[in-house]
Amino acid sequence: MTTQNTTSDLPEKAPSAWQRFKDTHVWHSFVKDRVAQLSFTIFMGYVLMALFAPAIAPFDPYDPTQIDIMNSELPPSWNEDEGDPQFWLGTDAQGRDLWSTILYGTRISLTIGICAVLLQATIGIIIGLIAGYRGGRVDSILMRFADVQLSFSTMMVAIVVLAVFQASFGTELYQELAMIMLVLVIGIAEWPQYARTIRASVLAEKKKEYVDAARVMGLGQVRIMFRHILPNTLSPILVISTVQVANAIISEASLSFLGLGMPVSQPSLGSLISSGFEYIFSGAWWITVIPGVVLVVLVLVMNLLGDWLRDVLNPKLYKG
Amino acid sequence: MSVQEQQQASEQDQTQEQAQAQSRTENKPESLVQIRDLYKKFNISGDFLDQLKFQGGKIVREQEFVHAINGVNLDVHKGEALCVVGESGCGKSTVARTVMGLLNPSRGSISYRGERIDNLDDKALMPYRKKMQMIFQNPYASLNPRMTIGQTLMEPVKLHNPTWSALEIRDKVHEVMFSVGIDPSWGERFAHEFSGGQRQRISIARALAVDPEFIVADEPISALDVSIQAQVLNLMMDAQEKRNLTYLFITHDLAVVEHFGTRVAVMYLGSLCELAPTKALFAKPRHPYTQALLSAIPRLEDDRPSHIKLQGEVPTPVNLPSGCVFHGRCPYVNDRCKKEIPQLIATDDGGQVACHAVEEGRL
Repeated sequence: MTTQNTTSDLPEKAPSAWQRFKDTHVWHSFVKDRVAQLSFTIFMGYVLMALFAPAIAPFDPYDPTQIDIMNSELPPSWNEDEGDPQFWLGTDAQGRDLWSTILYGTRISLTIGICAVLLQATIGIIIGLIAGYRGGRVDSILMRFADVQLSFSTMMVAIVVLAVFQASFGTELYQELAMIMLVLVIGIAEWPQYARTIRASVLAEKKKEYVDAARVMGLGQVRIMFRHILPNTLSPILVISTVQVANAIISEASLSFLGLGMPVSQPSLGSLISSGFEYIFSGAWWITVIPGVVLVVLVLVMNLLGDWLRDVLNPKLYKG
Repeated sequence: MSVQEQQQASEQDQTQEQAQAQSRTENKPESLVQIRDLYKKFNISGDFLDQLKFQGGKIVREQEFVHAINGVNLDVHKGEALCVVGESGCGKSTVARTVMGLLNPSRGSISYRGERIDNLDDKALMPYRKKMQMIFQNPYASLNPRMTIGQTLMEPVKLHNPTWSALEIRDKVHEVMFSVGIDPSWGERFAHEFSGGQRQRISIARALAVDPEFIVADEPISALDVSIQAQVLNLMMDAQEKRNLTYLFITHDLAVVEHFGTRVAVMYLGSLCELAPTKALFAKPRHPYTQALLSAIPRLEDDRPSHIKLQGEVPTPVNLPSGCVFHGRCPYVNDRCKKEIPQLIATDDGGQVACHAVEEGRL
């Protein structure tokens, strides 16, 4: 029977990667789900804004020669009494164009979010894979370590580390290294999320016979872990990654709001909100509210995308 | 061609093969794999904190074990298909996995051509990995779902022949795919695009890809449709003939054993009850458990209820019965059976049986 199939199917070529993707459950549910489409479109808009910020922005907020203090606290241009058509979202307290600053700020926020998550994922995946695959004592030690790490709140760890760093090395050095420090702190504080998720999937995958087959073949442990098991645990990694990027962006914004994040000269969305907060009672609401809305929408669409992805990739909810 | 016809046809081949194999073993029974006094127990009492119990005002540490294999001695002869049968949970898969080094024995040794292999590290095992391969039970789980079957088959070839060129590797992969009846141009497809029977063929191809001489097959056809079972079985027999393979074949299907096996080992609760050439075993089972097992095979001409009904259940492998593990259900039990563990003794038709009743001539 099989041999007959062999000959009849012979001319048919294996489908390309894109065709295969179009046949997947992910693509089908994406086509059906309006919320996912909208979220994805908005998210891609953010990514493009961040990527092409220097091209889109009318001003360079990092260039002091383009900033005039006389333009400070101008309201958005639709406010006809005081607005200046040059600055359609108004200006902040230093006289920077708010639109340009938001573009650059989104860029910084997204960069920090993604880099921090890459760091989290790297540490978490390695530790989770080893713990799950080796099991026994190694697993116990690594997971207790993760439990201890989880019992500190991310914000507490971040505030302590950043405040100590700022106090001991001075504000100037801190401002230069702010971005790297934020990535490191947020990245290191949240790895247990990944490690736990990966470990759980590894425990399920490791029992399957293809892992035994790889061992019987004589493949090394590292190769089995990274080539065989890891690709089969990618769906939960993808799901938590979207949520974790959103979380990292919020953490960064909160730290910046507390004055421990990005300096005023290189504002992220969080530090913009923070810097506008001082002027909110003098009527300059836009410096806080507009970046705030931008941040909320960014985090919202990422969480919606994460929810959608989780529903799609969770086999228990899979309905054909 | 119906399944029965196929089976009959290949049964004839098989009898010839058996005759050849028997003549070979009679001349010089070359032993390929030696299992000596093998024990395997699994700890089921959890981690250290779970093991602590409060008893009589004292904290004591309690550990419980599942005794999966209890002193199995077995030789696999070159060129034969040694079938291991027994009901669920009797330790046959554990034997297979221990032989392949997927589990470490608690006691005893595994040797390959006289060289002990159960205590070697991964690197030292590599030459044996090339000679010993395994086919798994579930074709839906034994192929990596994220790899194309081409990648799956290429991996072992590349690993064991590091000096080969890409072309040589491709040729080898095509050769094994062709030999199991899978079109080599399907190499770019993923495992989920194939049926269960095709996947099991791919699994067999993966095992054959490194040119092994010994293959452990852990219930390779029990997950397949009956019509496909015969195909896969015939494929394995063809491969045995063409490539001079030796099989350790784990199964619970006695019809398959009759069709496929050179010798049969019957296991009960982690112990070997009887080991005999297939024909001798089916013609004249010696051990009371084998007799009961064989009488349970449903037959077409079954108009008389001749089943031997065993009393009770299989005891738990956590608390093994004393003496012969079968004594609680054996109709021929006496006091000695309850105290003394029977050893394998040779029978006149070339087999071995572990039973006091047979030894004493009561049976």
